[in-house]
Amino acid sequence: MSSTMQQQATPDIQSATLVMDCKLDKIFYGNFLAVRDSHVPIEKNKITGFIGPSGCGKSTVLRSLNRMNDLVEGFRFDGYVQFLGQDVYGKGVDPVVVRRYIGMVFQQPNPFSMSIFDNVAFGLRLNRYKGDIGDRVKQALQGAALWDEVKDKLKVSGLALSGGQQQRLCIARAIATQPQVLLMDEPCSALDPIATRRVEELMVELKKDYTIALVTHNMQQATRVADTTAFFSVDISEGSRTGYLVEFGPTYQIFENPREKLTKDYISGQFS
Amino acid sequence: MTYKIKRDAMEKPFALDVDTDSICQPPSSSTLLIDRTFRMFARLGVFVVLALVVALVLEIGVKAIPGIQKYGLDMLTGTVWDVGQQQFGILPAIWGTLYSSLIALLIGGFFGISMAIFLTQDFLPARLAAVFRTIVELLAAIPSVVYGLWGIFVVIPFIRPLTDVLNESFGWIPFFSSTLSGPGLLPAALVLAIMILPTIAAVSQDALRSVPLKTKQAAYGMGATHWEAILKVMVPTAATGIFGSLVLGLGRALGETMALAMLVGNSNQISLSLFAPANTLAALLALNFPEAGPNEIGVLMYAALVLMVITLMVNILGSMMIMYAQRGVKA
Repeated sequence: MSSTMQQQATPDIQSATLVMDCKLDKIFYGNFLAVRDSHVPIEKNKITGFIGPSGCGKSTVLRSLNRMNDLVEGFRFDGYVQFLGQDVYGKGVDPVVVRRYIGMVFQQPNPFSMSIFDNVAFGLRLNRYKGDIGDRVKQALQGAALWDEVKDKLKVSGLALSGGQQQRLCIARAIATQPQVLLMDEPCSALDPIATRRVEELMVELKKDYTIALVTHNMQQATRVADTTAFFSVDISEGSRTGYLVEFGPTYQIFENPREKLTKDYISGQFS
Repeated sequence: MTYKIKRDAMEKPFALDVDTDSICQPPSSSTLLIDRTFRMFARLGVFVVLALVVALVLEIGVKAIPGIQKYGLDMLTGTVWDVGQQQFGILPAIWGTLYSSLIALLIGGFFGISMAIFLTQDFLPARLAAVFRTIVELLAAIPSVVYGLWGIFVVIPFIRPLTDVLNESFGWIPFFSSTLSGPGLLPAALVLAIMILPTIAAVSQDALRSVPLKTKQAAYGMGATHWEAILKVMVPTAATGIFGSLVLGLGRALGETMALAMLVGNSNQISLSLFAPANTLAALLALNFPEAGPNEIGVLMYAALVLMVITLMVNILGSMMIMYAQRGVKA
């Protein structure tokens, strides 16, 4: 895959377990500085949680990692996102190619208006997969803990499923092509507690095979599933709101023994 | 604060006797009056529209009865229209109506949908797209007779050399088996295509714009290219609405009168040739009514009924196909 992404690959030997090294110096939307000076490493087969108050830019950061923000007019990025040793923002890199290797699950379940089978097969067909598509679809649905519920109705529209099932369908769609990294942008915020629990269990299951970056506004969720946690806060000065990374570390350390006062205030609920 | 059930609570359920200084009050009688009046007018509007449709169908149906009794099914299968001989066959006109409309739909549909994709899928800066959209919509404001004149003075002279070449070289293909000697099916269908284009483009644009942003993001999130996102996700998601635009366009093409009366040639013949003059039901009606005697009125009403049934069937068929496509989808 490396040859398709960029020519000059520089293997990152010092941190073989690092899948992504994200240095986000400045992220702009037009003239608005949304995020500044944040450096987040994402380790292999771990769940990296992004937490912080509303408007702290955690979703912006996540969407910058697979260049989804390129779809937003006025988006500008300073820094680098090293993905397996290559800069996702390197010269001549096609965002489309990046997104094929870094999958995404969104806040709102967004299955396509097509059958359950076709939803999961979408990425396989996009990548012109030559093997048995039916097999892969089954595997992906099993991986997303949805197979038993839908195996008898694969031809039914994905939109006919419940919200929680739709979100697991979206996860199945994302993992069908076995991307290196899975970005999850508040994947449970539109789900009820039972569906949330199922998706959380699924995430822990998935990290055996995938590397996951998870944005959540639910701190309990971060403690339940994230191995490492990045806490972002927001700088409100001169009428602007700029998000930045306050603290990064193992989840237990962030929650039990935070180094920064801001982190401590936030996790103990003393943050307005 | 104390709440007591009013004495007339039996008549008005949940009418509580609230202290006068409470903020919570039932709607005032004038609010209720406005509410009821509005509801009444809305119902009246619906009723009037329905009654108009029924009255129209009945009126035409009743006036068509003498024609139906006298000529029956022979009129639908007859190919000769000769008022002097009292021969009234409308099969060529039915053929011409369907043939010209389908060709117009093919051309107008292709360009209309392409235009809708071009104007909604981030090919143009938003402002420029809005300008283009307005221009396309302006096409709908041009009077039919102007289209007719344009067809006669611009389209026909323009396509004539081309049709001659096609006829000479490919005359063995039925579509090119005659020459264009002025008005004919192709110029009529071409102008008709332009006339139905704004409808198709506008309704398809609405359909494409109503595809949720999250669906678009899902497509790009999977690593789809611009065209993959459009062809594999956006258009299929909007397919029902796009199909609806085609049905609307076809409906308009079937009933279009003035431009066709000027361009189609008004000749009662059934030919596959695109260059042969033809006739349509609407043009037949428009041209024959001014000089129609009592007997012809019945015949023409019969023809009008046939046109109405065709249009109605197209719409019902379209609705059924849309319902079929949407089966099993809740959202």
